[in-house]
Amino acid sequence: MSDQVLKIDDLKVSYGGIEAVRGISFDVKAGEIVTLIGANGAGKSSILRTISGLVKPAGGSVFLEGEDITGKDSTFIVSKGLMMVPEGRKIFPNLTVLENLKIGAYLRNDDISKDLERVYGYFPRLRERSWQEGGTLSGGEQQMLAVGRALMGRPKLLMMDEPSLGLAPIVVQGIFEIIRQINSAGTTVLLIEQNANMALHVANRAYVIENGKISMEGTGKELLEDEKVKAAYLGTVSHKE
Amino acid sequence: MEKKKRSFSALICVAVLLLFVVFLENLSAIFPQVPQVFMPTSPLFTVLKKAAVYSLVAVSMNLLNGFTGLFSLGQAGFMLLGAYTYAILTVPTAMKDQVYYLFEGCAFDFSLVDMFGGIFGSEGAGGAFSMVLGCLVALILAGAVAGFFAYLIGIPVLRLKSDYLAIATLGFAEILRAIFQWQKLGKITNGANMIKGFPTFSSFNITNSSGVEVLRLSTFVPFLISSICITVIVLLINSSYGRAFKSIRDDEVAAEAMGVSLFKHKMLSFVISSFFAGVGGALFAMYVANAQAKAFTSVMTYEILLIVVIGGIGSVSGSVLATFLYVACSEWWLRFLDSEQYIGSFKVPLLRNGFRMVVFSVVIMIIVLFFSQGIMGNHEINLGALIDKITRRSKRSERKQ
Repeated sequence: MSDQVLKIDDLKVSYGGIEAVRGISFDVKAGEIVTLIGANGAGKSSILRTISGLVKPAGGSVFLEGEDITGKDSTFIVSKGLMMVPEGRKIFPNLTVLENLKIGAYLRNDDISKDLERVYGYFPRLRERSWQEGGTLSGGEQQMLAVGRALMGRPKLLMMDEPSLGLAPIVVQGIFEIIRQINSAGTTVLLIEQNANMALHVANRAYVIENGKISMEGTGKELLEDEKVKAAYLGTVSHKE
Repeated sequence: MEKKKRSFSALICVAVLLLFVVFLENLSAIFPQVPQVFMPTSPLFTVLKKAAVYSLVAVSMNLLNGFTGLFSLGQAGFMLLGAYTYAILTVPTAMKDQVYYLFEGCAFDFSLVDMFGGIFGSEGAGGAFSMVLGCLVALILAGAVAGFFAYLIGIPVLRLKSDYLAIATLGFAEILRAIFQWQKLGKITNGANMIKGFPTFSSFNITNSSGVEVLRLSTFVPFLISSICITVIVLLINSSYGRAFKSIRDDEVAAEAMGVSLFKHKMLSFVISSFFAGVGGALFAMYVANAQAKAFTSVMTYEILLIVVIGGIGSVSGSVLATFLYVACSEWWLRFLDSEQYIGSFKVPLLRNGFRMVVFSVVIMIIVLFFSQGIMGNHEINLGALIDKITRRSKRSERKQ
């Protein structure tokens, strides 16, 4: 199918013999927000790290727009238009905000000023702080920077690893609002979250990962209503906004 | 626009500094009555020459340690490669038998200076030109050889991280030193003996036909070469490659996730750093007028590391500043501590041979303890911006008047 941006087929990842991901298949279609939710150690991050080339898979394959990118290095994968917002933000603390953003566009040789304007449009705060070192920003601003940095690569698919990690609820809401905006502007998003409530609200489709396997899938709404998901990830009383 | 203007004024600053060095060197020729300090034999010029050489090596080490985050201790090894390459390539063929007398001549019967001499003539202006050209080519080759070896050793070693990388590069430097002292290679390296007779800094002094110095350039030459090399390094650091280096230093995983190829950029930084360490080694050989493996011990690497730390890891101007302070202290300002001193008839206690190093160590300990960021931290002295500020201020005061 041509509108499939990402297709994962029976992906396996293991660390020194311990299987973290045990045969997972899913796909992401163009224009969607897809989220993977699951508890700590379920293997969510391993999946992302493998897709982006930071970890080599033990088996299975990854297709980006029909092209096999399994086991390719991250430079190649990024150049194909797949950018990641790493877990824990991982901005460059001693580089200025502007330099951080420029690193996001490192593999591009064309004019980046338009994208810079776009990122500043999403996050006006970053424009104010463009000469400040990344390490001096607050947690929320750092997350903005991490998202902005990934957007500078003009990704076809943006992957985010727990953007809500360690942020105040109000900040998290802001970030998710931006994710929605980015998506409606045409970027496909693959989101990994522990904050299942937030994630399921923005997602078109969702997969629940347990012990390295997909245990459930459906639209965001379906899973929000699901009793098992409610009990395991949302608490018995669901927090409606 | 602003940026261009600033780099232009920074360039002018460097040019003025270079002219000032020439002026300083020739002061004694213009005014024979100047104080002892400005005489050609004064320690001032020894310090300036050595510091010019060391600042290049320190900046090259900072490129690796401070900007790319690779903790390497192989600097002395690459300097050694550079020094020997330069020396072997420039010893005049006529001198070879004399230098290599223990090994009955050199296996390498060739000299760049003589080769260019054959083209441009070996007398007068032609001779001077071929000497300069020969030295220049030899310097570049010295860097190239060091860079090439860095590439070879980098393939296995750059996969290591932090301390392990430091140990591996330190070991590499020590092995190199042992190999260069190996008697069996005597035909090339002159064994454990020194190679001498090649052009040094004082060969660049311009003399007239009767051998009297007209214009001294022996301090200017290392300054010129060092400033060119440091400018190249600064340009590199400010380019997109430099940004990639810094991103690797800050966070390897994030850099990789942004598509920065870790190995490629680490290798690039390592090779370029070693290239300039090689050039620095060649300059060092010119400074001491001989090349001997014994000089390039790990102590030398530590000395340079110390300079980098004192100047501030991640600051080029800090490294340069620290080099001049460090060299001036160790070679000149603290020298008096090494001999007995009398104030009137009172003999100052403790002062004796070697006491300088005690005081020196204490000073360094104080710096490291209380200024752990070094003199500059990771900030730079921005010459261009400085001039900008001064000119603006003077304009403002003009307006007031």
